[in-house]
Order: sequence, then C-alpha cells, then structure tokens
Amino acid sequence: MKQKGIGKMSGHSNWPEWIYVAVVIALMCYVGAEAWNVERLIEHVPEDAKLITVTGQQWLWTFEHEDGTKEIGELHLEKGEAYRFEIHSKDVIHSFNIHEYTVLMDAVPGRVNHVWFSPNVAGEFDIQCREYCGLIHYNMRGTLFVEDKGA
Amino acid sequence: MVLELQKPRPIWQIMFSTHHTDVGLLYLITSLAFMFMGGALALLLRVELFSPGVQLIADSMTYNRIFTVHGTTLIFLFILPSASAFGNYLVPIMVRYKDMAYPKLNAVAFWMIPPAGALIWLGFADFTWYAYPTYSVISAPGPAADMWIFGLKILGISSILGAINFVVTIMKCKHPDLPLSKMPLLAWSYLTSSLIILVAVPTFAAALLMLLTDRLGASGFFNPAMGGDPIAYQHLFWFTFHPEVYILVIPAIGFMYEIFPRFSRKPIFSHSSGVFAFTLLAIVGFSSWAHHMYASGMSFTEKTVFMVGTLAAVPASAMHVFNFLATMWGGRIKFATPIMWAVGGIALFFSAGAGGVVNAAMPLDFMSHDTYWVVGHFHLFVMGTILFGTVGFIYYFFPYVTGRMYNEVMGKVHFILSFIGTVLVFFTQHILGLFGMPRRIYDYPPIPEWVQMNIIISIGAFIIGIGMAIFLVNLIWSSAKGKPADMDDPFELGGKYYFPYQAKNPSH
Repeated sequence: MKQKGIGKMSGHSNWPEWIYVAVVIALMCYVGAEAWNVERLIEHVPEDAKLITVTGQQWLWTFEHEDGTKEIGELHLEKGEAYRFEIHSKDVIHSFNIHEYTVLMDAVPGRVNHVWFSPNVAGEFDIQCREYCGLIHYNMRGTLFVEDKGA
Repeated sequence: MVLELQKPRPIWQIMFSTHHTDVGLLYLITSLAFMFMGGALALLLRVELFSPGVQLIADSMTYNRIFTVHGTTLIFLFILPSASAFGNYLVPIMVRYKDMAYPKLNAVAFWMIPPAGALIWLGFADFTWYAYPTYSVISAPGPAADMWIFGLKILGISSILGAINFVVTIMKCKHPDLPLSKMPLLAWSYLTSSLIILVAVPTFAAALLMLLTDRLGASGFFNPAMGGDPIAYQHLFWFTFHPEVYILVIPAIGFMYEIFPRFSRKPIFSHSSGVFAFTLLAIVGFSSWAHHMYASGMSFTEKTVFMVGTLAAVPASAMHVFNFLATMWGGRIKFATPIMWAVGGIALFFSAGAGGVVNAAMPLDFMSHDTYWVVGHFHLFVMGTILFGTVGFIYYFFPYVTGRMYNEVMGKVHFILSFIGTVLVFFTQHILGLFGMPRRIYDYPPIPEWVQMNIIISIGAFIIGIGMAIFLVNLIWSSAKGKPADMDDPFELGGKYYFPYQAKNPSH
C-alpha cells in the first residue's frame, strides 16, 4: 500500500459500517425511550403518600413522621402504604439510600429533595449513606422496619 | 527516531533539554513512576477491604486519604502525562515539523508536574478526587486539602499549556504538503483531545479558585451557610471532568489506531470514519456532564436532556470499535505483545461502554449511582481501555526509544495476568454494586455476598499487581540488557507498511 492511499482505501464497501451505526443508534433510541417512560411513571407521587422528613448529618439519619414522632437511625413504616421523603442535610452532602427498594436521593445542605416509595415486603432493610461525607461515612447506616398493617 | 537511552548522555542534558523527544521521555518516566505509586495505593485499599473489620489501615481517615490520592495520582499524574509523552514524541514527526511549536513552553508544562505531584503526595488530602463542597469547604482537614487544590491548579495550567502547544503545532506547523484530512489518526486524537482541554479545563480552574476562597472563609460560592449552592460546584466540576473522560480516552484510541494496522499488516479500514468519530466525541462529550448528578435532585426534564446527550456519545465510540475490528478483519495478524494489549483494550472498552448505557438510563442509575458498579464501570475505562492502550503502546514504542527489545514472554505474561485481573476485579465490582455496596467506604457489614465478592476483587487486584511487577522488571532489565532491536523492523513484520513516524523529517 502506498502512503498516499491512506484514507481512501480501495476495494471495500462502507455498507457494513452504515448498518452497524444505524443498529447502534436504534438501540440507543430504544434504551432512551424506555428509560424516559419508566422514569416518568416512577416520579409520579401518589396523592395519599405520607410525609417523612429525613435529615442527614455527620454521621446519622433522623426521621420525623407526619404526627411528629422522631426516630434516629431506625425507621418504622407500614407495608402497602406510600411514603414521600423530604430530605434535608445539616452539614455536608449525604445520600439517602434504601438499596432493596432502589430509593436514592442526595441530602444537599440548603436544598430540599424529594423521593417516594411504597414498601411491599415486610422485614428489615438497610439504610445507608451513598455519598462520601467524611470520617464515619462507612458506618452512617440505619435500619428500615417494614411492618404489616395494624401489627 | 531519536534513540534516547542508547546514546550515553548525562542526565541533566535530558532534564534541561527542550527537544520534544527529551521532554517526551521525561513525561513518560514521570508518568510511569506515578502509575506504580498509584497502583501500590490501590493494593493497600484492597488489602483493607479483603474482609470486614480492620486489616491493615488503622483508621478511616487514612483509608479516605489513600483512595483520594490513588484516584488523583492515576488520573492527573499518570494518564494525562503519559498521553503527553507520546504526543511529544510523535505529533511533531507526524506533522513533519522539527519540534513542538513552543519548545520552552513544552518544557515548562512538563516541569509543573513534579511540584504538583509533590503537593498532592505530601498533603494527602481526604476529600476524594472530586472534592465536593460542602465537605471540602467546611469539613476537610487542611493543609492537605489546600495543598491538593494548589496541586490541581498547577496541573490544570500545565495541561492547558500542553494543549495550546499541540494545537499550534498541528494547525500552524504542519507541513504544507500534508492536508489535515490525511494526517495520521494519532495526531488527530491529540488535536481533538487538546481542543477539549482548552474548552473544558478553565471551568474547573475557576471552580478551584472559588473552592479555595470558600475554604478561607472569604467567599461563600458553594457554602449554603453564606448563601451559596454546593450543586453549582458539581456542575462546574463535571463540565470539566466529563469531557476529561474523552481527553483521557481519545489518545488511547489513537494508540490503538497505530497498533492495529501495523500488526494486522493492513491499512486502517476507514481513516475518515476515525476522524469523524474523534470530532463527534469531542463535541458530544460536552452534552452529558450532569449525568453524574441524577441523584442530586434534578428535575425530570434536566435528567432527560442529559440522558440523551450521554447516549449520543455511544455511536461515535462504537464507530472506533468497528474500525479496529474491520482493520484486523482479513489481515495477517502477528499477535505480538502490543496488539494483544490493544485487543484486550477493545474488549474491555466495549464492556465499559455497555455498562455506561445502563448508568445513563435514568431509572437504572438510581441502582448503580455511587455504588461499586460505578467504580467497576469507570475502572474498565481508565484501566481496561486507557491503561491497556497505553501499555500496549509502551511495548510498541520501547525499541524506538531504547534501541533494545523488551522481553516478549514477560510482556505476554503481563498481559494475561492484567487481563484476568481486570476482569476479576472490575466485572465483580459491577455485581457488587448491584448488591448495594457503596463506594468510598472503609469498612462494611459482614453481608455474605459482599464478603465473597470483596475477596474475589482483592485476589484479582493482586494478580494485576504481580503483572505490574513483571512489567517494571521488564522495563528496567530490557532497557539496560535487552537484545538490540532491528531498528528497521523491530517486530519482524516484514514488508513496507505504513510507519507515520518514518515520514521525511530533516531533523530525525
């Protein structure tokens, strides 16, 4: 191959590359559309969701129910109810996370963030901080207790 | 090519030289030193995480400092300088000019790196490589944090100076007979990545200044107690550092564009599609920065915009992969060490990209965000793609710098160990992330799945470590005692294939 032949190599077809790029673009459109649709449904908060105020601080979680009951490091909820979290931070950025229920939202000082979920399995679940917040970040953990109604 | 190490020269002659190959050699040695230092820190982290409880590191603060310096070192002191190293060697030769456009500026840009590295290593900050406020403003202990900020400031200036030099060398000093469209793809990769640096990096430079004055209490840009907003920093940071991903990966792709045609004994499948994909990546790289911030309380519309911007980068990356495979297709491939690394790099690049689509899709990101999934994902890029491309190119380039051949068996063993280790460590980290283990934690509760996977990851990390030790021995031993290379055809590929650096150049 002569040096000046670079760039327009003769004797190959460009069709495979066009088809390949079209397939990749089609796949990305599918992923994007599906993600858009699912996220749109997820972000729709039910009207009757109960408010829980979550406060993150170095290095513990505080929860306040609608009726004013406060809990530290533990959160007791009822199975089948919908809950809306209002997330605050007192000092640095934390991230409120209940992994089993894919609940994740940053606690940003100076801002209020929202996320909601509805537990459908009773039991104990881990609550953890997923944003680096300093010395005891690794142990900024709590427990979610989901109890059957009326128990 | 200039044989840097074959002619005995006093070391100060190389150190105070402004010739592009000398500066390239300095960049290369510095970046390799930092690679081994940063990698050693990773092994410390893996020993600590081998099982729950205290193993080696006595307190969480030390652990936090180690992962911060690990990340900062490998991104800013290994990957960026190693790309500059080969750019210094090859860009002037590829555009047929006698040196870089501004040789003294080039040396200045290099000499900013050692003091910056010293600041980062002597300070040993703990606020992770992204230094999010308000932690970094109100909580991170000084003077380590301030030394980190100054170190990064110096590195930012260094990379801007280097980028200006590459852009001017390519646009103004290119031989008039060589049209831009015919310029080798490696030179194109430096042109596009340098242009990204010029647009992206000043934003972070500004954010660093604001962070510093915030820490001093003189301002409150990011401190809500003084009316600021920490999310503003995240935007400024990721506006620089999402494009930074492309700054890092584009030269590595350029290395692969050198290796594949050479060892497949076949020209590149499509030069123009490579140029197109580089340019497209450089542009769409700027449309995706806030996908790092889905969980910071963004609106649905913002998330949608940045998801589309992120997915738009996929076809361009996929075009490079196609180009590599089509170049190898039907070629008479000689599987020497460099192409093995490049092939491994493609496989891992593809895996990393597939994982990235998952992160970009909004609902799935809430599962993977800030877990080990993300750690596995970006390490597949920075190690699986960038380091694999770079190390392959170091092997490829070794005879041209030292005049001696590296040890082929050791090179292949290094590849096999690194590939197995990389798959063990980073694929497992993806799964560990799906099981919910957060990033940046010093200790974890004894959840059985977490413990098992952490053991696998630590073993994989030590397999990589053994490979890297072999690499170090190979580099030192072969550059002193390796068998002399046949400089016309060190890899015994035969034939007259395309060597961009053999283009006529009066000074070489």
